[in-house]
Amino acid sequence: MSLDINFIGVLIASIMASSVPLILAASGELITERSGVLNLGVEGMMIIGAISGFALMIVTDNLFIAIIGSMLAGIIISSIFGFLTQSLLTNHVATGLALTIFGIGMSAMLGKNFVGIPGKEFPVLFDDLSETIPFFGPILFGHSIVFYFAFILPFLTNYFLKRTKLGLMVRAVGDSPDSASNQGINVILVRYLCILYGGAMCGLAGAYLSLIYTPQWIENMTSGRGWIALALVVFSTWNPIKILIGAMIFGGITIIQLHMQALGLRIPVQFLSALPYIMTIIVLVVISRDSRKIKLSTPSSLGKTFYKEK
Amino acid sequence: MKLFKIVKRDEASKLIFFLTPILAIILTLIFGALIFYFLGFKPLEALKFFFIVPINNVYGFSELLLKATPLCLIAIGLSFCFKSNNWNIGAEGQLTFGGIVSGGVALLFYGQEGFYILPIVVLAGAVGGMLYALIPAVLKTYFNTNEILVSLMLVYVSKLLLDYLVVGPWSNPEGFNFPETRQFSESARMPILFEGLRIHAGIFIALAAVIISWVVFYKTYLGFQMKVSGFSLKTAKYAGYKGKTMILLVFMISGACAGLAGVGEITGPIGQLHRMISPDYGFTAIIVAFLGRLNPIGIIFASLVVALTYLGAETAQIFLQIPKYTGQVFQGMILFFLLASDYLLFFKIKFLGMKKNELRH
Repeated sequence: MSLDINFIGVLIASIMASSVPLILAASGELITERSGVLNLGVEGMMIIGAISGFALMIVTDNLFIAIIGSMLAGIIISSIFGFLTQSLLTNHVATGLALTIFGIGMSAMLGKNFVGIPGKEFPVLFDDLSETIPFFGPILFGHSIVFYFAFILPFLTNYFLKRTKLGLMVRAVGDSPDSASNQGINVILVRYLCILYGGAMCGLAGAYLSLIYTPQWIENMTSGRGWIALALVVFSTWNPIKILIGAMIFGGITIIQLHMQALGLRIPVQFLSALPYIMTIIVLVVISRDSRKIKLSTPSSLGKTFYKEK
Repeated sequence: MKLFKIVKRDEASKLIFFLTPILAIILTLIFGALIFYFLGFKPLEALKFFFIVPINNVYGFSELLLKATPLCLIAIGLSFCFKSNNWNIGAEGQLTFGGIVSGGVALLFYGQEGFYILPIVVLAGAVGGMLYALIPAVLKTYFNTNEILVSLMLVYVSKLLLDYLVVGPWSNPEGFNFPETRQFSESARMPILFEGLRIHAGIFIALAAVIISWVVFYKTYLGFQMKVSGFSLKTAKYAGYKGKTMILLVFMISGACAGLAGVGEITGPIGQLHRMISPDYGFTAIIVAFLGRLNPIGIIFASLVVALTYLGAETAQIFLQIPKYTGQVFQGMILFFLLASDYLLFFKIKFLGMKKNELRH
């Protein structure tokens, strides 16, 4: 293996590619949590997105429909969560868990006839540039549209939350639903929209896995990425830009672990595969140790149901 | 004219508290029939193969008890955590780790016989699960780390560890490289209760857990403390409860129960370690705990109902080629409907039309 500059470029590009689903799902969940809703169903929404995207791709042969469809599927399944937690005032944690269990079962049921079918090639942009420019070429060019979207999304999310009126409303609802409600903001409606948006992004994250990253359908193919995305939101202390950093760290561990496996080091494969999960725990511990910092950055009403007496 | 109005109840209804789980099951059956219909099966026939055929004979019923045993045991443990507002969702990992530790001990006694072996193996499993549950508990109490995420990450870690052991150092030397260990010696196996059936003595561990937990929940100071902490952590702090000790304790109990469930599986029906020692019992037990209303007696019934979804999925797959994941879909739906019907606990529907008629009379 030669450690030339181009190889490092390709390595960085593959790290970025493996962090895309984490960025998408975590950015979506971040908006949901900023509005005060804790949706633990990320894994379930992602896997539903993955199968919906893949199935639509095989059936319609249309990439656009597959991508939009996966987001719609995420929206539909998150609307169950929305209805339960917002209209029927159920516990967020339990409902989110139900969503994940339901999503995994449902995806396996829907995907029964799609196991083993090879996926289609997803078009990439600026492919010729990626080979002509050394180092920066493979990093910047030759990726799918979803890839570019993922790396812009945290900045858009940041702008949305800090600079737009709607973003301010989301933060107000998350930090103080009672005063937001007194100001005439429809708390329930804002939360519904944030939940559906989170669902759409998780659906897209799943579709990235089944259409672009490893173009095929495998049961349980999200393999805990939804939970890692949830951990990333805590890691980011609810700051969208930091999601980018966190996702790159996890992407890095995943890729380096794969390279170590390929090198045939004498470390057992299973220990390397366990690294991303162990790393998540370590990172969570380091971030959460400072309880004051966590308390200050957590949306105050996170996970609490809101009920307005009529 | 509005026909009805939704009114908040002054007090949560006790009767409805225990009726809603039944409502949830009925709703799940109705929606399950709809799903079968859309999948192209005859709904009633499918439901029959799902919920009646599996238990219409003695063997089927014993299989139901066999599957309900780990579910009940884990759910009992989890209810200690859930009652006190601790979200341990990594019971699957604690089960796996308990299985690994007890399996390791059982392998140490390979080829040996003796009455003392099984108790040591069982104890090892309980301690293994307990220690594994202590990781999220310690990180929560001393490092303020979210126990949901930590306990869940540890599930993946424990499954990979099990995979490593059965493929590598612990694999059966005469096993032609199959990913499994040697068969445990007869003394390390749970005694079978009835000739020809698979149901084993592990069910007594589950029943003991039910009784002990009932006493702890309703007759001890610890149970009271857990209840108060569950309602309001602030109140618990104000009352001077030792929050940290309680968190460690409930996680240890819950981990021990999950570990014991793991022991029951590997020393009972399986008899060795291999990759798949649990069909996600640890996750499904979360549903059992809620469906049983965190009440030990309720959990017994809930574990039977949920165990039936496992059996039903297997039967329906064999006879009707219905994918086995339908069981998981049913489990998710039960929890959805249960949570949704909780709405009736705090709100009631008042029919407005009736009153007007009464006035006219």
